[in-house]
Amino acid sequence: MYSGKHPFLHDLHKNRTKWLMLVPAAVVVILMCYIPMAGIVLAFKEYNYHDGIFGSPWAGFENFKYFFKSGKAWLTTRNTVLYNLVFLCINTFLQITCAIMLSELAGKKFKRVTQSVMFLPYFISWVVVGAFIYNLFNYEFGAVNTFLKGIGAQPIDVYSNKRAWPVILVIVSAFKNVGYGTVMYLASIVNIDGEMYEAADLDGATMWQKIRYITLPCIRPTVVILFLLAIGTVLKGDFQMFWQVTGNNPMVLDVTDVIDTYVTRSLLTLQEFGMTSAAGLYQSGISFILVLIANHIVKKVEPDYALF
Amino acid sequence: MQKKKQNKSYDRVMFNLISCLVLGILSVACVIPFWLVISGSLSKQQSIQLYGYRLIPREFSLDAYRMLFKIPEELLRAYGVTILVTVVGTGLGLLITSMAAYVLANRNFRYRYQVSFFFYFTSIFGGGLVPWYIFNTKYLHFHNNIIALILPILVNVTYLLILKSYMMSIPESLYESAYLDGAGDLTVYFKIALPLCKAGLATVGLFIALNYWNDWYNAMLFLDEGSKDLYPLQYYLNNILTKAQAMNAAAARSGIPASEVPGEPMKLAMTVVATGPIVLLYPFLQKYFVKGVTIGAVKG
Repeated sequence: MYSGKHPFLHDLHKNRTKWLMLVPAAVVVILMCYIPMAGIVLAFKEYNYHDGIFGSPWAGFENFKYFFKSGKAWLTTRNTVLYNLVFLCINTFLQITCAIMLSELAGKKFKRVTQSVMFLPYFISWVVVGAFIYNLFNYEFGAVNTFLKGIGAQPIDVYSNKRAWPVILVIVSAFKNVGYGTVMYLASIVNIDGEMYEAADLDGATMWQKIRYITLPCIRPTVVILFLLAIGTVLKGDFQMFWQVTGNNPMVLDVTDVIDTYVTRSLLTLQEFGMTSAAGLYQSGISFILVLIANHIVKKVEPDYALF
Repeated sequence: MQKKKQNKSYDRVMFNLISCLVLGILSVACVIPFWLVISGSLSKQQSIQLYGYRLIPREFSLDAYRMLFKIPEELLRAYGVTILVTVVGTGLGLLITSMAAYVLANRNFRYRYQVSFFFYFTSIFGGGLVPWYIFNTKYLHFHNNIIALILPILVNVTYLLILKSYMMSIPESLYESAYLDGAGDLTVYFKIALPLCKAGLATVGLFIALNYWNDWYNAMLFLDEGSKDLYPLQYYLNNILTKAQAMNAAAARSGIPASEVPGEPMKLAMTVVATGPIVLLYPFLQKYFVKGVTIGAVKG
């Protein structure tokens, strides 16, 4: 009866239960992602609340000009990219190191406890991490300054110290993410064929040789791929971390402001819709291109791991 | 031969020693912030003001917790909102996600690649914060609406793909024989797919629940001062930590003067109370999260 129709309509009828089961998830995605995507035009408009996204007058590239001339474009892009690269390198190094150590460690109990403890920070909210930062670095009462005063050193005022923040942010990022990545790499180390290690043992290989010539080469594809995919998101800062850890402290914005915090702050305080959506489009446009490039490379190196 | 063996065991001992040292130091570093918060919450306000926060309270006191119990309304309310949002969001999210995952895992479904891409695309490209914010406030009326705390993180594409790979690991013959017996998709979904994916549902459900429990971002964007009643736990805590007057105002409403509020330890006591459930449940739920991370790592 439907044979004469388009195959899609035919399938829509034949598999109607399946299509209906997709509807709720599709509606959420359409509402939360696809319709706002159409709002990209806002970047080219002079927004006013009354006329809405589509009714407001066109502004050409004015919003982009404003964003790039403000000096914020370069500053936030630089911060976002540099922080992400440093986080990526340091966290990956720590994750792989911890995973290798955990995989070879003899003491079962020690292994379980350390793995659990290092994974724990992943589960707490960034608000709580913000409380940790306050607790540690508050100028008057902070535990770090209590310690410094205790050993007779000068207390430090991190809230006006620009050099302190890159260090703090790197440590916080490691604190929150190393456990997660360790679990991930541990899984790929456990998957390595045990016979290789046995053969190496028979040949009298040392621990270091086994790590150097078996473990590392075996997890290399995973590392390379995760690294490449992370490059694709290098323009997306971890908004919640930057917002909560630095507390939007205006004194150190030069070294802590990333694109996401800048956009959110401008949106909430200045209600600067046109320019912020231009900044947002700049970010997601370049991110999209980077993901495509990264995926293209992954496809060449290791087709099984490609995203699409 | 003898020498070689000695070398090897020396090697192993060295490695174990260094590993224990490094892992031990990192673990202690991970625990210290938690420890400091608990220690601070159990200190006397005056001793914090005089000597600062320290690893062991200089003067032990339960003042902060006592005061929390004197003015529990706001905290309990925030707890209630978070529990409600977490339960509704997790239940609904799991149902919606698993239904879609069931269809996308079905090899008979002709358009599964196209539909998968339709979902997947949203994780690599977005319109940015501002259009999303305007659409949600102006057209969906998210302002001061509890739906704003549920809808934005209801469907997560990564979890959809994780559940899909769980469902694809069910032997196809089980589906086939059910279809041959005349079962419809809904029956197969409820009677076969869901029961066989319990581990996957538990893992994804816990990740969704964790996201709801820890969410403060949507509250910050969509709730204003006027709808304090809707503040979820994390955002309530955020307010206490960042706005000095927030706690004193809460005390004043119960007729307690600001001078009697042990401000410093109370901030930390709030943090402890807000994080407590996660830290206490963590040892029991950890294995599900480990499973989720492992699957997510292998292939999204």
